[in-house]
Amino acid sequence: MKVSNSQWAEKLSGKMPEHLAREIDIFETEVALRISGKIDERLFAETRLRKGIYGQRYDNGQRHNGKKVQQIPYPSGELTKGPSTMWDAPGMQRIKIPGGGMNAEQLETMADLAEEYSDGIAHVTTRQDFQLHYIHIDDTPSLMRRLAAANITTREACGNSVRNITACPYAGVCQDEAFDVTPYSRAMAKFLLGHPDVQNFGRKFKPAFSGCSQHACGLTSLHDMGMIAVTRNENGVEERGFETYVGGGLGAVPYHAKLFDDFVPLGELLPLTQAISRVFARLGEKKNRSRARIKFLIQDLGIEKFRELVLEERKTLPSDPRWAEFAKEGEAFQELPLHPGGKPPLLGTEKFQRWAKNNTRPQRQQGYVVVTIALPLGDITSNQLRALADIARRFTRETVRTTVEQNMVLRWVSQSDLVEVHKALEAAELAAPGAGTIIDVATCPGTDTCKLGISSSRGLAGELRKRLTEKNFQLDEAVNNLHIKISGCFNSCGQHHVSDLGFYGVSRKMAGYAVPHFQVVLGGQWENNGNSYGLPVIAIPSKNIPEAVSRLTGRYAENRKNGECFRDFTARIGKVELKKMLEDLTRLPADPSDRSFFSDWGDPREYGLSDMGVGECAGEVVSATDFGLAAAERELFEAQVAWESGQIKQAGEASYQSMLRAAKALVEIETPVVGNDSEEIVREFRARYFDTQKFFDPFAGGKFAEYLFAAHQNADRPYTQDSARYLIDEAQLFIDAAHNCYNRIGAPAIV
Amino acid sequence: MQLQHVNVKFLVQNPEEVDLEPLIPVFHGWIQEQPGGEELLLDIADYRHVPAGPGVVLIGHQGNYSVDNTDNRLGVRYNRKAALEGSNIECLKQAARAALLALQRLEADPRLKGKLRFNGRDVEVFVNDRLIAPNTEATREAFGADLRKFLQQMFRGGEFSVSYASDPRKLFTAFVKAAQIFSVADLLDALA
Repeated sequence: MKVSNSQWAEKLSGKMPEHLAREIDIFETEVALRISGKIDERLFAETRLRKGIYGQRYDNGQRHNGKKVQQIPYPSGELTKGPSTMWDAPGMQRIKIPGGGMNAEQLETMADLAEEYSDGIAHVTTRQDFQLHYIHIDDTPSLMRRLAAANITTREACGNSVRNITACPYAGVCQDEAFDVTPYSRAMAKFLLGHPDVQNFGRKFKPAFSGCSQHACGLTSLHDMGMIAVTRNENGVEERGFETYVGGGLGAVPYHAKLFDDFVPLGELLPLTQAISRVFARLGEKKNRSRARIKFLIQDLGIEKFRELVLEERKTLPSDPRWAEFAKEGEAFQELPLHPGGKPPLLGTEKFQRWAKNNTRPQRQQGYVVVTIALPLGDITSNQLRALADIARRFTRETVRTTVEQNMVLRWVSQSDLVEVHKALEAAELAAPGAGTIIDVATCPGTDTCKLGISSSRGLAGELRKRLTEKNFQLDEAVNNLHIKISGCFNSCGQHHVSDLGFYGVSRKMAGYAVPHFQVVLGGQWENNGNSYGLPVIAIPSKNIPEAVSRLTGRYAENRKNGECFRDFTARIGKVELKKMLEDLTRLPADPSDRSFFSDWGDPREYGLSDMGVGECAGEVVSATDFGLAAAERELFEAQVAWESGQIKQAGEASYQSMLRAAKALVEIETPVVGNDSEEIVREFRARYFDTQKFFDPFAGGKFAEYLFAAHQNADRPYTQDSARYLIDEAQLFIDAAHNCYNRIGAPAIV
Repeated sequence: MQLQHVNVKFLVQNPEEVDLEPLIPVFHGWIQEQPGGEELLLDIADYRHVPAGPGVVLIGHQGNYSVDNTDNRLGVRYNRKAALEGSNIECLKQAARAALLALQRLEADPRLKGKLRFNGRDVEVFVNDRLIAPNTEATREAFGADLRKFLQQMFRGGEFSVSYASDPRKLFTAFVKAAQIFSVADLLDALA
């Protein structure tokens, strides 16, 4: 699109690392070949994905405009950049920021690119990346060249490869860490980028580093490979190493990472990663994407067998001099302050004090603090990025990092400078208080731009942020410290499982119409590297979620016992009681003329694709399918309660039964008389909904139906605590998919 | 210097009274109607939560429309994305007309309750391409004459002042202030 695109290669010649310049030249050629039809669209899609260039919502050339599905007549006509992905459709560029570390020049580059190629906003993700939206594919080579000149690559930001390697943003300055993981995370990112052993995965692979086990900053529990810094004493000499975990992941069904080794010496970490990669590439699922993450391979093999295979593989690796260099990275790395450390300011305005309370954190180096810049929904403008670059130069040695909470931190701020830093941030509108508190809501892009989004996570996050900010200073301290995380669908990009109050988007049919909902997920834990995953309690219409938050936090403030955390509080109160206090919020407003529930936050279009008339919205119109699906949800809820009380067998059986009940509800739309025989239900469901692909999710395909088939096949096996827990999650996804299927097929309602 | 990717923004009066929320259904309506001639309107990006940010953006293929609050200066902005043929003055006129036509529709839309109105005087002109037009003295010299000619035509020979953004990292930006008050219709007539 930009007329200057042809000039950037020459302009930046000699300023880009040679290998990056070469890669971008090749990609530009591939773009030209695709335009002339000489590369297949599937091949081009994987090529661009490995450069971090994603599709965006409506890129299939159609959009429901609130009245009807509208075809979008893009100027490039039928030219595509992937299957059903139109060439001219705006896309998203993901930009990897290893460990979240950025200098001032990189911030300025990001500012320029957001302004010139996107819409003036750069978005920080929950994995420390940046994302720019509404990018035209023609502009991507120039964009990548400008990033390369600032020593940033988008390579392998997407696709079946090693994604951004994240690290605790407080590494090196944290009071509780074993040692600074920064140099090791960077060295691993460099080592794995483009490495031949990581090019043949069936799915993505996400590593993360943390300096300690007790905080959440690295979230190692939910990563494919998680490294926690540890030391040991050998003959009076302290040795560094990593407690290493594998096979964690959120996604539709979250898995905790399993301990692979409680101490991997520095010199062994890279070869071990290589060996893990080789085993994953060799044995991991390739055809069925929904089973292709390493967590499934480890589940199938068992951690012991997986470890054995990896250690065998390790023995076969040819030695690489970079392994030993890795161990020396820590000695070479040093981050220094710009100004001498100081004392905390004695005075300050009330505004300053409010900000300093949650947005500053003492470093282990006396006299310094880390300042957190709370970004609303992870968004920052180009002007703010430039202002932040100025502040980073003025007060620090450009030590800025992005965080998994979608914020940015400025490290090594002398306490003597704190008042001035606050003033400078305030001038740039970057001094919002409440970092890491309940108002600092994290969210994925949801239906705003994501093709998989079901409900408007950003719309809800914006609304919650607004309402909670209004009463922020009246909130109980314990409530103030809670975390809210929202995903637009079951895929967990908003990390809703590891939050006090988590939400993920689902849809439900009510009164004959699709209504945007969120599942309320409780019981998760942000601390301890996200070590406990919450479970869905109840699905509530989007417009009632603020009231649900208000009730849950109000009850917590009133009823919590001394020092009780939210997770313990919800466990004590129990799912049954929690559900009871929210149950009335599942209903539509009594006034049938109130249409507000049929659209989502920040989007006035009628939700879904229903063409039924307004007059049929009567509130009490319920079909037999609605009853069947509601019964399935009820049974699943009982399964959750059983699991939490340690009744594993009952939990597993009830989960399986809930899936059968949902399947039966769908089958009975077509053939009213179906018995309760599980064989018959599964057979009919398979024939009528799976083989015909009616049940298929537009993006996940038949994945959720396969959960039912697997549960049915394994129905006689004993349940373990883990397997029952996975089955609960799978059953929830199956029931959600059954609701979606029901919405799509538009079964007639009966009174 | 051949200009491309021109942005023009007309500032609104009493910005503190303008509620951006009703813009979302208004812009959805525009996507339904596709009123912009050759322009293809695609989507809406809502950044009301970002202070001094882009506000609400109507994403188009050839250009974006927004009620933009960058630098806490609220105005109706057109951001030309696709290349244009023609002289610099024609490129400036195209962007200004697009912004004015959008502003005219917004002024007349009852959902905005008459709160969003041009302040009559303040206009900002940007070139959204640092390679074509870096924010330098050289760009000001190369582009200044065409900018003045365009402004003279838009303000019908009336007096105006022009100042420039000083930060070299910013887009090439001209802040224009007319000596007298103009309505949107006046300016559209002048550019016809």
